[in-house]
Amino acid sequence: MMSETVDLSMFVEPGDAGASHMMLAVEGVACAGCIRKIENGLTKLPGVIDARLNFTQRRLAVDWRNDEIDAARIIAAIEGIGYHAHPFAPERVEADERAQAKRLLICLAVAGFAAMNVMLLSVSVWAGNVSDMTQETRDLFHWLSALIALPAAAYAGQPFFQSALRALRARQVNMDVPISIGVTLALGLSVYETAIHATHAYFDSAIMLLFFLLVGRYLDLAMRRKTRVFAGNLASLKAEFAHRLDASGELIQVPVAALHPGDRLLVRPGERIPADGTIIGGTSEIDESLVTGETLYRAVAAGTLIYAGSINVSGALTMRVTAAGAGTLVEEVERLLEKATHARSQTVRLADRTARLYAPLVHATAALTAVGWLVAGASVHDSIVIAVAVLIITCPCAIALAIPAVQVVAAGALFRSGVILNGGDAIERLAEADTIVFDKTGTLTLPAPRVDETTNIDSAVLERAARLALSSRHPLATALARLARERYPYSGAVEEPGQGVRALIDGKEARLGSAKFCGVVEAAGPVAARDTSASFITFAHDGNVVAIAIRQTLRPDAVAVAKALSKRGLHLIVLSGDRPSAVAPVAQELGIEDWRAGFTPTEKIAFIEQLKSQGRRVLMVGDGLNDAPALAAAHVSLSPITAAHLAQARADAVFLGDHLKPVLRAVVVSRRARALMKQNLALAAIYNLLAVPLAIAGLVTPLIAAVAMSGSSLLVTLNALRARLRPEFGPELES
Amino acid sequence: MNVLIYLVPLALLLGLTGLVAFLWSLKSGQYDDLDGAAVRILPDDDIGS
Repeated sequence: MMSETVDLSMFVEPGDAGASHMMLAVEGVACAGCIRKIENGLTKLPGVIDARLNFTQRRLAVDWRNDEIDAARIIAAIEGIGYHAHPFAPERVEADERAQAKRLLICLAVAGFAAMNVMLLSVSVWAGNVSDMTQETRDLFHWLSALIALPAAAYAGQPFFQSALRALRARQVNMDVPISIGVTLALGLSVYETAIHATHAYFDSAIMLLFFLLVGRYLDLAMRRKTRVFAGNLASLKAEFAHRLDASGELIQVPVAALHPGDRLLVRPGERIPADGTIIGGTSEIDESLVTGETLYRAVAAGTLIYAGSINVSGALTMRVTAAGAGTLVEEVERLLEKATHARSQTVRLADRTARLYAPLVHATAALTAVGWLVAGASVHDSIVIAVAVLIITCPCAIALAIPAVQVVAAGALFRSGVILNGGDAIERLAEADTIVFDKTGTLTLPAPRVDETTNIDSAVLERAARLALSSRHPLATALARLARERYPYSGAVEEPGQGVRALIDGKEARLGSAKFCGVVEAAGPVAARDTSASFITFAHDGNVVAIAIRQTLRPDAVAVAKALSKRGLHLIVLSGDRPSAVAPVAQELGIEDWRAGFTPTEKIAFIEQLKSQGRRVLMVGDGLNDAPALAAAHVSLSPITAAHLAQARADAVFLGDHLKPVLRAVVVSRRARALMKQNLALAAIYNLLAVPLAIAGLVTPLIAAVAMSGSSLLVTLNALRARLRPEFGPELES
Repeated sequence: MNVLIYLVPLALLLGLTGLVAFLWSLKSGQYDDLDGAAVRILPDDDIGS
């Protein structure tokens, strides 16, 4: 298999003068020694110009000269050093976010520099105002502040100004609109006040506000980038290779992403079908559980349509890749997806809802204040100064931090417990869910089948069967092989595709496979007939004949998680594409009364829509291609990392590992995060209730504004940190 | 108060130096691999060779 040609051209970027560059995601890098081993090992190779491992991102950048070495040999060399490396094509979004993060960091640095220096001057003025500062010195300090603050705000405020303009052009209001108006007015007023030799200027407030807000923005983006990098690595670790048959009949390994309609592929038994297509040669059975949720194998032959993600079970197949044609499952799923995604975009985020309410309120209050003072007989100048002070003090520093700060902390907490969010707003929607719809196959059950009850089988016999299974790629054998304690196969084992393996053990022939292959149809038949929900693999050796049941098993903590979720007031539903006889026992074991079986993608999405029309907020958890439309239609959705590509792309978050607990974690952490967001908004409201009357009364000096703003921002940020605390689940779920 | 003529520009200059230093470090990629920098100082094979 290693002798086969590998085509990696889609990952390689050509450089100058016959050099090339490639990014690789590396598995298993844990310490300083690994960095040195990989970098030194590679740079020692002839032709490698540079190898640099980014330890934070677990990514390796390699440059080499084309005439001396190639990409495949570099990957082989890394394998030789003892690490798995997977070529990696960074997504466009990642590059965009990288540039955006850099931009924000520069803005943050500029705002920080300006805030510190302006504050230095402001504190002197505040101290001077109560002692013996002359008016000339104060004016000088104010002009110096203006000199620093104006260019700094013009530069560092751009992320807010641009976003506010975009919102206004779309005839909407977001948080950045009051921020931009507040900052601009504060600066403009301060320049005017300085020109007329007044005592108070608000340069420090304006620039400090920008600094705090930029901190929030940057943290938010940094969290998103971190999860995106991690998700990108996972995707490249999962990325599979297909065996393409060229016109000359030569077999070439190509990345699945490089396949085109019309390509001829060879799919060996035990391999995943890499793309949608039609079989042109061979017969086999395929496991379509990732596509339709059906756990029984389907017999296929030339002319049958097969879908990416199915597993070829028994015979080698040749297939031709086709684009999604009319009337196929993929076409149906994509049509449904389009509709569902459209419906989803209507949910409004908490922050935007607050902004819509807040902006008009603030501006009306400021306007009323100005009018009120005018009516009460104050001068036009004084009325405007007081109105602007109201705007500055209500500038939503705390509110703009209240939600992102919690999102960042909660996303970090979820990341550590194996839930990778696609976007920060998923937290709010997760917290709102009151109904959870689970897919069965691959979601409630483990993605690969496991060996059932083995208590009545002699352990020595079982060990021999499991070790023999190491020599086969059949899915049932793979499940059995997991039990083998000796991890190396018997020498001389021969696999007969679609039937079984045989080898000599202790001088006697042992066979593992179908009952027919083992020649014991009479003995194994009755066992298999008694239990139709499992698949059987037969092992015969030295007079011992055993039939080992292999079935889809529940995730190890599924029962406890289902109970914990119901206890938290969530209504659970199982919605499967599998047969009723396969779904009923699962639902019963989990204690879920509400279950549906045999649903097509269209019926699944209709079911979700029906729940939505009853006013329920649905969290859909699913992994199959057939779940993708339902995942997109639901209020919020989760997918296990083993899910079909299309399903995963539609889910709001992906969870890792064999356990179902991340689903519970996601719900609990999100609920607490939402509670904290509301608490933070309440804190910000209380701050406003206290500060606004002072501002309206004309009592707010720049000193009070500075203290109030930084105090409230600090308070909401500290409160947000509470989202980090580990949730308690009770003894049966603590790992 | 004449001392302000020197001290205020000096303070600003110091602040600006800090800002420029930060921007330079950002541009030269020193924040691209924060965890890596922490572990890379541990091996000392470059001394031996």
